[in-house]
Amino acid sequence: MPTSTTTLSATVAAEPARVSAPESEWRRVWSRLARNPMAVGGAMVVLVWVLIAAAAPWIAPDDPIDQDVMNRLAPPSAQHWLGLDEMGRDVLSRLLYGGRVSLPVAAVVVILASIFGTLYGALAGFLGGWTDEVAMRIVDMVLSFPALILAMAIAAALGPSIQNSMLAMLLVWWPPYARLARGQVLALKECDFVPAARSLGLPDRRILLRHILPNSVAPSLVLMAMDFGNAIIITAALSFLGLGAVPPTPEWGAMVAEGRELMQQWWISTFPGVAILMVAIGCNFIGDGLRDAMDPRLRLR
Amino acid sequence: MVVAALGVTLISFVISHAVPADPIVSNLGQVASQRPEIVKAFREKWGLDKPLYIQYLTFVGNLARGELGTSINTRRAVTKDLALFLPATIELATAAVLFALILGLPLGVFAAIRRDGPVDHLARMVSLIGVSIPIFWLATVSLVLFYATLHWTVGPARLGPQIERPEVVTGFFTIDSLLEGDFGTFRDAVSHLILPGLVLASSIMGLITRVTRSSMLEVLSQDYTRTARAKGLRETGVVARHALRNALIPTVTVLGLAYGGLLSGAVMTETIFAWPGLGRYAFNAVITNDFPAIMGVTFVIGIMYVVVNLVVDLLYGWLDPRIHYA
Repeated sequence: MPTSTTTLSATVAAEPARVSAPESEWRRVWSRLARNPMAVGGAMVVLVWVLIAAAAPWIAPDDPIDQDVMNRLAPPSAQHWLGLDEMGRDVLSRLLYGGRVSLPVAAVVVILASIFGTLYGALAGFLGGWTDEVAMRIVDMVLSFPALILAMAIAAALGPSIQNSMLAMLLVWWPPYARLARGQVLALKECDFVPAARSLGLPDRRILLRHILPNSVAPSLVLMAMDFGNAIIITAALSFLGLGAVPPTPEWGAMVAEGRELMQQWWISTFPGVAILMVAIGCNFIGDGLRDAMDPRLRLR
Repeated sequence: MVVAALGVTLISFVISHAVPADPIVSNLGQVASQRPEIVKAFREKWGLDKPLYIQYLTFVGNLARGELGTSINTRRAVTKDLALFLPATIELATAAVLFALILGLPLGVFAAIRRDGPVDHLARMVSLIGVSIPIFWLATVSLVLFYATLHWTVGPARLGPQIERPEVVTGFFTIDSLLEGDFGTFRDAVSHLILPGLVLASSIMGLITRVTRSSMLEVLSQDYTRTARAKGLRETGVVARHALRNALIPTVTVLGLAYGGLLSGAVMTETIFAWPGLGRYAFNAVITNDFPAIMGVTFVIGIMYVVVNLVVDLLYGWLDPRIHYA
């Protein structure tokens, strides 16, 4: 019965790899991360904005698309803390609601792009030969084109909407993950545990998914953390150019664009930018801390 | 070089044709694209009725004769358009690189000298903020603050409204005005470069600081640095003469990559500062699916990457005489 032997040996082989080594390593990374004040601070900032976005309908003082035309362009006051925009909408409420667009879009783009890119690159590196050649030339091709312009082209072609800008971002977002994963897999492929697993009769698919991939995700995680901030910025940038969120959707980039021509009414474009900046800095702090926590050279400190 | 250029043409062709847009609707409009005879004439005029490989060969054939076709938007030769828009972007990107170097390099050096000191923390904050700041927002807010409110700088565009453009020789307003001996125009052109240049520089300054800091730390722990100190040189001499030059190689590499990125990434800055450069041209081409222009822009950007990398390689040899190119 070949199948049962495979399952048996698989559990035996997977046991030491999964339970003992990586778990304690992740715990060490986690404790180092928790002791890094910048990473903790960054995580708290991001968490606060996630909570604000989730709770926006309850905490926002006004409806984000309700217009008070009589008082349009009113400066910040006790009633409207961040003033009103050109349509007489409450800037604070739009700001609080804005995260409901940018944050999920960025999360979806980064998560899907990293999954696809990692699998793509890992497979290319694992299979090697001409498959790898062709696969990586495709990656080079996408990377050689300026990402923002390509995303703009795709978003413009599909027509302005959140979904389309998300799709455009996905198409330009995955190649760095593919390159990173391929490099990791190429190195790990030579490690002793791979022939060991193979000699136990494990199928290639299982070796790749259960043995090589879990050992290769660390650099991708750092990239993901930093990329999340980047994705927020690009989502906003596409909306700013009129290729993303359609009015009257409250979205941070679109809000900056609405205030662009109104030099005297600085509050309209200033505050949404601060929100983007805060989330992006938070993500970069987390990514920076994560990289330090995972750096083996700093382990003894 | 030729192989790289051919590769670039193929990529730009594939990408500009793979974008799922219909150039007919975006260029003729909804009404005209309903009429088959107009659509047919349009397709014939722009060679869209021919198979793709013929379109590509035509493109390469034109390129060999130094032509990039005609832009659908501007009805001008793409080469003429590029000659008009490219110098503006190169001027802006060069200003940005200079600003980033002037500010980022010393910051990185001092951060490395006093590791974990206040300057080091400042450098860390600056580089993290630099990569996190949305450039379109920074551009908007800095215009509001420094131009509209404080009146510290001049407004958008390359020259003030009353200033006459210098006669085009190189297309760089700073150089052309100097060639004419017109210092007033020169000063105006420079003052218009400051704010957009600084905004664009913000994105790469952090990178330069960071790379300079880490390579400086590495060099300062080398034996020859210790030797220089041991023979009694003053610390400034050690840093400036012995360490800095050796530490510059990674900085130059990053700078080369960043410069290529700036040429294409200036879209946002150019849009907000009404800067008639390649980024805006690319943006307009892209949203109207003006494929000859898109291919022209991609091709030029690709060539610029190759050229910048060549310059970087030559700089290596100058910085480190041990590096030779046979």
